[in-house]
Amino acid sequence: MKDMTPEGYTTEDGRKIGGVVMEMKNISLRFGGVVAIKDISFDIRQGEIRAIIGPNGAGKSSMLNVISGFYHPQEGEIWYQGKLRPPMKPYEVAQQGIARTFQNIALFEGMTVLDNVMTGRIRQMKAGLFAQAIWKGKAEREEVENRAVVEKVIDFLEIQHIRKTPVSRLPYGLKKRVELARALAAEPSILLLDEPMAGMNVEEKEDMSRFILDVNDEFGTTIALIEHDMGVVMDLSDRVVVMDYGRKIGDGTPDEVRNNQDVIDAYLGVAHD
Amino acid sequence: MFYREAGDFKTSYTDDSQTFPIRFDRYRYYAVLIVAFAVIPFVINDYWVNAVLLPFLIYSIAAIGLNILVGYCGQVSLGTGGFMAVGAYAVYKLMTAFPEISIFIHVILAGGITAGVGVLFGLPSLRIKGFYLAVATLAAQFFLVWLFNRVPWFYNYSASGQISAPERTILGVPITGAQTAPWAAYLFCLVFVVACAIIARNLTRGMAGRKWMAIRDMDIAAEIIGVNPLKAKLSAFAVSSFFVGISGALFFAVYLGAVEVGEVFGINKSFLVLFMVIIGGLGSIFGSFAGAAFLVLLPVLLKNTLVGGLGWPTDLAAHLEFMIVGALIVIFLIAEPHGLAQLWRVAKEKLRLWPFPH
Repeated sequence: MKDMTPEGYTTEDGRKIGGVVMEMKNISLRFGGVVAIKDISFDIRQGEIRAIIGPNGAGKSSMLNVISGFYHPQEGEIWYQGKLRPPMKPYEVAQQGIARTFQNIALFEGMTVLDNVMTGRIRQMKAGLFAQAIWKGKAEREEVENRAVVEKVIDFLEIQHIRKTPVSRLPYGLKKRVELARALAAEPSILLLDEPMAGMNVEEKEDMSRFILDVNDEFGTTIALIEHDMGVVMDLSDRVVVMDYGRKIGDGTPDEVRNNQDVIDAYLGVAHD
Repeated sequence: MFYREAGDFKTSYTDDSQTFPIRFDRYRYYAVLIVAFAVIPFVINDYWVNAVLLPFLIYSIAAIGLNILVGYCGQVSLGTGGFMAVGAYAVYKLMTAFPEISIFIHVILAGGITAGVGVLFGLPSLRIKGFYLAVATLAAQFFLVWLFNRVPWFYNYSASGQISAPERTILGVPITGAQTAPWAAYLFCLVFVVACAIIARNLTRGMAGRKWMAIRDMDIAAEIIGVNPLKAKLSAFAVSSFFVGISGALFFAVYLGAVEVGEVFGINKSFLVLFMVIIGGLGSIFGSFAGAAFLVLLPVLLKNTLVGGLGWPTDLAAHLEFMIVGALIVIFLIAEPHGLAQLWRVAKEKLRLWPFPH
């Protein structure tokens, strides 16, 4: 592994990666007798694109669900921004600035694209019920200010033309993009992407890859993603965690991981004798 | 031809997120308001107010309230009748306990009290959903009616067990009681309807409404983007019950004047308001008005044509009315499950392109 100081490191293409934002220490997650995650530790650094890969059933999504507060691990600690994180509900995690997308899209079908993306601004909009009821003062001001931020995200992801369309009418690829927009609108400190390219054709994958890189580049957003397309993962990410059967079998730059014997065995299979 | 947004450019986000973005819509809205406030009070008589206008206005408030809960937040409630009863008894107790305070304030306070009761009965929604929640709210309906029947304190120990509204005035004009002029009762209710509609619209186009709709469409995703489900659901119950309470207070104090709780605020009332919301259109303020108008006007219309026009016996007409209204509801749900509001939207879409649809 490259020289990795506590302050961070510099990637090959010259991006500065900062210190550790989130650190998972010895996480274990069990569902009854089934062990989903076993003693996994890894960290996510400021500004990097961190991938979690592994064969089906390796526990990748469970890992993401642990980070976003859906599952509470039986053992282990999560350190976020230098503090030990107590067990939290998902909405509290979101309030801390961790946004995510889902493997199978979780948009609000009955609302327009604009409203969907606006929901991403919940953390920033604090006007009370009474202020909203009369639509004056803080409520109106917040609405306009946050709309401006949302419009920037809409612009960035090139979905201006469908701004007022109900989400239920959109094709799959666009829905994925709207979901990314909603997560981005939150201006998260960590963005979790659960298979952002699942079910897409090559062209849509290229678009999505470009958006992910641009987001990281322009906003400096820290991204942790799960993806099955190896080509995409190796091209996009700075560091990769490889999981298999709930254990961590590799961690490092794409090149290191590619040459790791355990990883090759996990993906290609190995003769047990 | 006049109904289109071409040439009507929005230059600010405030303009773009207003209630009626299309200019023609806006003018029509002002026109309706002017007619409602400045023309109708001068031309109405007792029959129109009591048979058509008051029920329409008061049910509209109830329908808006229920629509916020069912249509926007996705929490099915069958307790509307019970919550209307809370509003009615609250306003009765306030009117008799503090006669010197304006009835206007009493009605609003009654809404507030109902909001509190609504939150209490909304607590199960944190654990249960859908039909099960509907059954839990049904318990609220029966419990509240039972409570108002059984505890004499609520009806001030009157011998009949009924509550009847004493005369109260605003600026010297009687609003409740036998001396009320039709126009005064009408205007009093109209003010509440307009205020409620504007508040409901503001809430639903802002962040509160987005939170409710997020819970309705996918509660897990709502939680993951930071919606606190407890607060969102309970605020929906509170706002919804506030409106329903106001409508109950008006229904008792201004419209009926005297109420026997089991008869007026029974389960039938819950269903009636729910039908209004479903027929009008879930998740639409306009739909609440349309549904209320439909279910208030249709029986009046049928009665007038069958009894007045064709000269049929009253009991026959009354039974036919049940069958026709029932059949219409079924037909409606099959043909247009999104209600009158959807029909209206489709009509407007067509109108935007008229007369050159291609």
